[in-house]
Amino acid sequence: MVLVWRNVSLMRLAFSKEDLKMEKMIKLTIDNKQIEVPQGTTIFEAAKQLGIEIPTLCYMHLGDMGIEHKPGGCRICVVEVEGRRNLAPSCNSKCEEGMVIHTHNMRVLNARKTVMELMLSDHPFDCLVCAKSGNCDLQTMAHQFGVRELHYKGEQSTYKVDYSPSIIRDMDKCIMCRRCETMCNDVQTVGALSAVNRGFESVVAPAFEMDLEKSTCTYCGQCVAVCPTGALTEKDHTNQLIRDLADPKKTVVVQTAPAVRAALGEEFGMEAGTLVTGKMVSALRQLGFDKVFDTDFAADLTIMEEGTELLDRLKRHLDGDKDVKLPILTSCCPGWVNFFEHHFPEMKEIPSTARSPQQMFGPIAKNYLAKQMGIKREDMIVVSIMPCLAKKYECQRDEFKVDGDPDVNYSISTRELANLIKQANMDLSIMADEDFDNPLGESTGAGVIFGATGGVIEAAARTAYEVYTGKTLEKVDFNALRGMDGIRSATVDFDGLPINIGIAHGLGNARKLLEDIRDGKSEYHAIEIMACPGGCIGGGGQPLHHGDSSVLKKRAAALYREDEGKAIRKSHENPYIIKLYEEFLGKPCSELSHKLLHTHYFDKSKDIEIE
Amino acid sequence: MAKIKLAKSKIDTLVDICKSFDNDGAELINVLHKAQETFGYLPAEVQEIIARELNVSVAHVYGVVTFYSFFSMVPKGEFPISICMGTACYVRGAEKVLEEFKRLLDVPVGETTEDGKFSISCLRCVGACGLAPVVTIGERVYGRVAAGDVADIIKEYQS
Repeated sequence: MVLVWRNVSLMRLAFSKEDLKMEKMIKLTIDNKQIEVPQGTTIFEAAKQLGIEIPTLCYMHLGDMGIEHKPGGCRICVVEVEGRRNLAPSCNSKCEEGMVIHTHNMRVLNARKTVMELMLSDHPFDCLVCAKSGNCDLQTMAHQFGVRELHYKGEQSTYKVDYSPSIIRDMDKCIMCRRCETMCNDVQTVGALSAVNRGFESVVAPAFEMDLEKSTCTYCGQCVAVCPTGALTEKDHTNQLIRDLADPKKTVVVQTAPAVRAALGEEFGMEAGTLVTGKMVSALRQLGFDKVFDTDFAADLTIMEEGTELLDRLKRHLDGDKDVKLPILTSCCPGWVNFFEHHFPEMKEIPSTARSPQQMFGPIAKNYLAKQMGIKREDMIVVSIMPCLAKKYECQRDEFKVDGDPDVNYSISTRELANLIKQANMDLSIMADEDFDNPLGESTGAGVIFGATGGVIEAAARTAYEVYTGKTLEKVDFNALRGMDGIRSATVDFDGLPINIGIAHGLGNARKLLEDIRDGKSEYHAIEIMACPGGCIGGGGQPLHHGDSSVLKKRAAALYREDEGKAIRKSHENPYIIKLYEEFLGKPCSELSHKLLHTHYFDKSKDIEIE
Repeated sequence: MAKIKLAKSKIDTLVDICKSFDNDGAELINVLHKAQETFGYLPAEVQEIIARELNVSVAHVYGVVTFYSFFSMVPKGEFPISICMGTACYVRGAEKVLEEFKRLLDVPVGETTEDGKFSISCLRCVGACGLAPVVTIGERVYGRVAAGDVADIIKEYQS
């Protein structure tokens, strides 16, 4: 059965503020309830204000991020407007004066169910073994609509499954909601995905239907984060982990990224923004990890290296060295690194050479810790728990391997960890709190806030200020650097020297700052960029927010709470970091640091192959 | 950008075509029309250059090229055969005519025979419904074609 509306393309990126500018108010009735809304409000949004949640599979409105996607394509959100011949898609039909709307009369319910059945008519029925099962909007809605038999049986899609190091695309499960396209093109401006072909043949694919791995995809995973079906999922490393944990010859150590502790609880029914740091450590230990460490430790290390590089570049710049490139850009985010390697390769000398915390942790574990523990490098497995899908790709990059052995063996997402904990018969919500192991488990508040937009540069500012001025910071919190606006800027006073800081989250925002740099219009000294809206807390590997962007704010608040509660809040005061430099690395940006903790970037724009 | 394998002169022509539409991404369809008119088809390299010049993603260009049946990524044959599938032609048996062309030339719709001589495509109404079913080969129009006529038509071009 061909769904004729498959190619309806009416996508736009709207800012909710624009909609609020409308002054005229409109009165209407929805399900016998009166409501007054500003002109321009959609029926869908008006109903929402009345507490009526109209189901939809394509509509997406992440208000805080300024992201709106309303193609009117899935047709699940249809409602009856009295006096109109056809049912109206509520997500892109505007309210009009005196409208009388029914969202659940028999005609609507039947239509909705029929639409669902048509969608399911070419859907593979492997729900029991689908990676998205239990978290799939399509499955949930089919159940909710009471679909118990299918009246339509038609041709089945058979499209090749595309396996990349981070993301798996199975277009047979795609319902052409095209949310992924909006994220990839409008929000991230990556342009890896487009609807191609037409009619029954249409799929969302990279150019020339090449594999994602060969496309300009950055593996940010925002497409996966909004996919309502099992069409886009992460490459799952859980089974590999279970095998390694069971191998007595291996010493398996784990590092957990800051953003994971602020979101993992959601998978166990806890309120968004609940911090589960101690419970997570406890669960990881019970799963059988030999050592449970914290990527936050490596974040502190990143600040030492990146902060030193920043100050060095800054001093040389102030001394009139024309070869010094400013602004310096952060390099913690692998999606962002992929982005500039693909889209701005001519600027690959500008980002900091410091590796990401994940990739700093790896070599310290395998070169420093392994020696301390008296084990061989090849007997140590380093696993990372990340809110991110690009991290899966990052740890496989050749420059992060020694004789083929990766510094970080593989990365599993917050979602995968949640599933593994459940598989091991544990309920995170009732677990006792435990502490990380040492030495790589001790971190400061500065390391924790790496997980939210603005956090990395705030952490860097705390250390760089004190190192540069030789004075103690009176106030550790840089509130001007926090928030959810896509592009933010602030000037931090380094004892008379004003340092201009820029922050962007979401690659579309990053692009704007990069274009300014390219055009010589940027006045920033340092810029922090995170690929995902909200930063790592909104990463592609996090529990799905199902369109509720307030979840991201709660996660960010949780990280700032953890920072506030820490005794030490500046990276350079972390006693284990100090010890690491004394015992092993020497000083920040030393020769050994450069070998183990820094990297270089590639021009990926030439890697696109045409077949 | 990919490793561009086109001749420099062809790249220059494409750049000029894009420029004539002010390198405006909204003119993509017109640019593609002009490019296909110039090159006969739209190979990947051409799409790469158009994307670069119009500052849109290659995926988007490919999406448009694959959506509209007029655009082709394979070179047309020396003698491009078009079978009208408009309503009038269809009800008068165009499908049987199409099947016969496919069978005799052993090539599916949208592709070109190995010797590069013939390509088959379908179109929607050439405005000669009185002659239905209609087939065009290059500039020449054949009216009231029956499946039985197909072999003779092909023979005309095979000498």
